[in-house]
Amino acid sequence: MSYPENLKYTKEHEWVKAEGETAYIGITDHAQAELGDIVFVDLPKAGATLTKGQTFGSVESVKAVSDIYSPVSGEVLEANELLAKTPEKLNEDPHGEAWLVKVKLTAAAEINDLMTAADYQTYLGV
Amino acid sequence: MTPTTDLQRTPLFETHVASKAKMVDFGGWHMPVQYSGIVDEHNAVRNRVGLFDVSHMGEIIIRGPQSAALVDYVSTNNAAKLKVGQAHYSALLYEHGGFVDDILVHKVSDTEWFLCVNASNQDKDFEHIVAHNKFEAEVENAGPRFAQIAVQGPKGPATLQKLTATKLADIKYYWFTDGEVSGVPARIAHTGYTGEDGFEIYVDPSEAARLWQELLTAGAEFDIKPCGLGARNTLRLEAKMALYGHELTASMNPFEADLAWIVKMEKPDFVGRAALQKSLDQGLKRKLAGFEMTERGIGRDGYEVFVDGKAAGWVTSGGPSPTLNKNIGLCYLPVDQCAPGTNIQISIRNAPVAAVTVPTPFYKRPKT
Repeated sequence: MSYPENLKYTKEHEWVKAEGETAYIGITDHAQAELGDIVFVDLPKAGATLTKGQTFGSVESVKAVSDIYSPVSGEVLEANELLAKTPEKLNEDPHGEAWLVKVKLTAAAEINDLMTAADYQTYLGV
Repeated sequence: MTPTTDLQRTPLFETHVASKAKMVDFGGWHMPVQYSGIVDEHNAVRNRVGLFDVSHMGEIIIRGPQSAALVDYVSTNNAAKLKVGQAHYSALLYEHGGFVDDILVHKVSDTEWFLCVNASNQDKDFEHIVAHNKFEAEVENAGPRFAQIAVQGPKGPATLQKLTATKLADIKYYWFTDGEVSGVPARIAHTGYTGEDGFEIYVDPSEAARLWQELLTAGAEFDIKPCGLGARNTLRLEAKMALYGHELTASMNPFEADLAWIVKMEKPDFVGRAALQKSLDQGLKRKLAGFEMTERGIGRDGYEVFVDGKAAGWVTSGGPSPTLNKNIGLCYLPVDQCAPGTNIQISIRNAPVAAVTVPTPFYKRPKT
């Protein structure tokens, strides 16, 4: 699995893809592989406020529950409907169609604190 | 996963690591939690065949003219009724009636008994049995002498049959025989912890790695999967088989754990009997019940359970059921609130999520 250059990454294995004032947030391929079969995704509703470094939801595999930490601050515009019915998509396409939430950034500069794809892969030791 | 040197290893450790299994610390043992994925492995066992390394399990052997008396005194089921070659599920209790462990008792001969016990309990079990050995029986903590491999699933018997001359169809459920598998001595038991048909085989640890490979080869035509503890847990939960440390603890007794069928109050005295009688006389306060989630959410081990908004119990095991495609679990509830059909709420991250108690087992294999 490759880590796309246009995403930024966290040590907690989330990613952000910024497009101007809006951004998509997801979990990395490494995260989904560590979790195993994902069976449930709990996400905030549109309008919820995200604070950088705070948990905003959870991803559950057969075996365990894992908190998701927000890599940036913002307001939720949309939670990915796809994951309500087919959480297993997170195992299949974590960097693509299985994004978790779309947000309106409230401190866009926070993105600069995150890791590049190359940094993240170094961090993973791959 | 960082190998930790103080974890114990089974003779199949190198095999698991070489096969890229995901390894975890399980009760002080370095064990595979999954190979191809928990759901994939789970389904292989339900539909075809799966292979488990359960060499971490402990074995205790009791020998001597008075061995039967000792086994009957320390365990709750009626060992005196077992025939040579027969096994049953039983429990070791403290004097106060709580669980020391749940065990399988195999009667090898009139003077030899083979106990299969939980990995993390084996030393405690051994000491418990020795402490109650007023019969001068010989008690051996024999764990290191045995590797144990479970071949489970509807194609389990056909897989194992290729490697043994012993006619497996002649071994009834919960019976066993000493024979050979792949040319080496093996204890072949028609037992399991998955709710599926299959066998558990006990062999010399030096033979385990070779036998594992031969079983994988023998099962290839059935698309056999090596399985980890993750699938073992989802399989046993669907079949409502109890797990020590979850449903069974030192503060639970077998009646509370819905295991009255392994307690024979009418047999001669046994350790814990008086406390159990007292518990019955006073009336049980709580009991194990099955539930399934009716709202979105997964009730997991340790989560609190509420009835009508009042704290009522806790989840002992819970998670998704791959076979039923529901979120299921077991919980302790007050006896008057555990009948199937009771609406309960499980506290998931401080929010009540609806569930209902249901009859168990959740899954029962089709009769063949």
